[in-house]
Amino acid sequence: MIDWVFYTERVLPALNKGLAVSLELILPSAILGFLAGVLLGAARVFGPLWLRRAGDAYTAVFRGVPLVIQLFILYYALPKTGVYLSGTAAAVLGFILCSAAYHSEYVRGAFLSIRRGQVKAAQALGFSSLQLARSIILPQALRRALPGCGNEIIYLIKYSSLAYITTCVDLTGEAKVLASRTWRFTEIFLAAGVYYLLMTSLASFLLRRLEARLRLPGFGRPDSG
Amino acid sequence: MSPEAGGAPVLRLEGLAKSFGDRVILQSISLSLGKGELKVLIGPSGSGKSTLLQCVNCLIQPDRGEIFLDGERLERGDQRALRLFRQHVGMIFQDFNLFDHLTAADNVGIALRRVRGFSRREAARRAMEELARVGLENRAALYPAELSGGQKQRVAIARALAMDPRVVLLDEPTSALDPELVGEVLAVIRDLSGSGMTMLMATHQMDFARALADEILFIDKGGIIEEGPPALLLAPGAGSRTLDFCGRLSLELR
Repeated sequence: MIDWVFYTERVLPALNKGLAVSLELILPSAILGFLAGVLLGAARVFGPLWLRRAGDAYTAVFRGVPLVIQLFILYYALPKTGVYLSGTAAAVLGFILCSAAYHSEYVRGAFLSIRRGQVKAAQALGFSSLQLARSIILPQALRRALPGCGNEIIYLIKYSSLAYITTCVDLTGEAKVLASRTWRFTEIFLAAGVYYLLMTSLASFLLRRLEARLRLPGFGRPDSG
Repeated sequence: MSPEAGGAPVLRLEGLAKSFGDRVILQSISLSLGKGELKVLIGPSGSGKSTLLQCVNCLIQPDRGEIFLDGERLERGDQRALRLFRQHVGMIFQDFNLFDHLTAADNVGIALRRVRGFSRREAARRAMEELARVGLENRAALYPAELSGGQKQRVAIARALAMDPRVVLLDEPTSALDPELVGEVLAVIRDLSGSGMTMLMATHQMDFARALADEILFIDKGGIIEEGPPALLLAPGAGSRTLDFCGRLSLELR
């Protein structure tokens, strides 16, 4: 027998409060992480040699070290050097730095797939580098990077649960607090899992819609022209 | 169209040279194009025709040499000057190089908007005009993937013409096309030549060159070996390298 009153009186209010905190972490991290990833990806393809090397090194570090360790360093080790971050700031910064490294890989692949000929054609028409990037390269590269970057945003929704490391009481944090008070782990964590599933499902639905809207004839499914 | 006697050349190249490492691609090319002239570059593949055309608008930076447009020397290192120069020099590529993410109309209009500052509406109007000129006004809303090779090349020509170029460079514009589509593209180029456009074109279409070129430049190993009007170079028994090369071309086709 399901104890509905426990859900409506205790679990949902707590999780809703946590959800608001989670969204405050996820939304800026997703947007800024993606933008930073595009810049990083562009630097790793089009930058001068030193910048490409630096971008590669950045990606190697932030993709290669567990996010938990990165968050520990941002929140507990940085203060030793005089840099103090709030729990929220440390979490958001950690998520941005980490997801930028992953986004940059998808974006890099997309940049590399743009045919040289189109760049030459635009240059022959008198495009400047900036006009070329804005009108020719980015619109095509972002379409190609979208499935991969969308995947990264779904991941972000889930690894945002590591925010407890920097003392943020997000969705997972609220669930843990309530569970330790009531000892009703099954009901609470099942409910929290459903919250995450709903968030990732909504995100993937929106990403698919975006992909469909941006789809070009001649790319993708052969039956749809 | 023959050049006006004594008219200043629209495009003049002086001693254009290019090497990649120790491989010499262009030795020292000089040529000039009078207003309304069509000169055709002929030569075996790898002879330097494509490199020469791309050196003219510095898509490949030449190592040495000078480029003059309407008597004005191009300062090659000056990015602004180079972008302005390129606006006046149209370029048609062998493999079209249309922008995959834009419709035919936007392919033609994008440079008008971004480079020349036209309004969206003005650019769209001009794009339709240019598409009509190449017979594609009813294909304006289609994307490159929905066009045939010949149609793509005609859109590319419309895109170049929309910039009001003073000279158009054509790099084997029909070589990537199926044989039955070559005619429609050559017809557009013929009209263009008829309307007085100044053009420098690399091609293997000998009949076209014979009929329309004011002059043929035969290029081999990065140098101009022979140059002259087709009637002279292609006369039976002329004994020219050009005639010899054409003979071999038509043998291969058989």
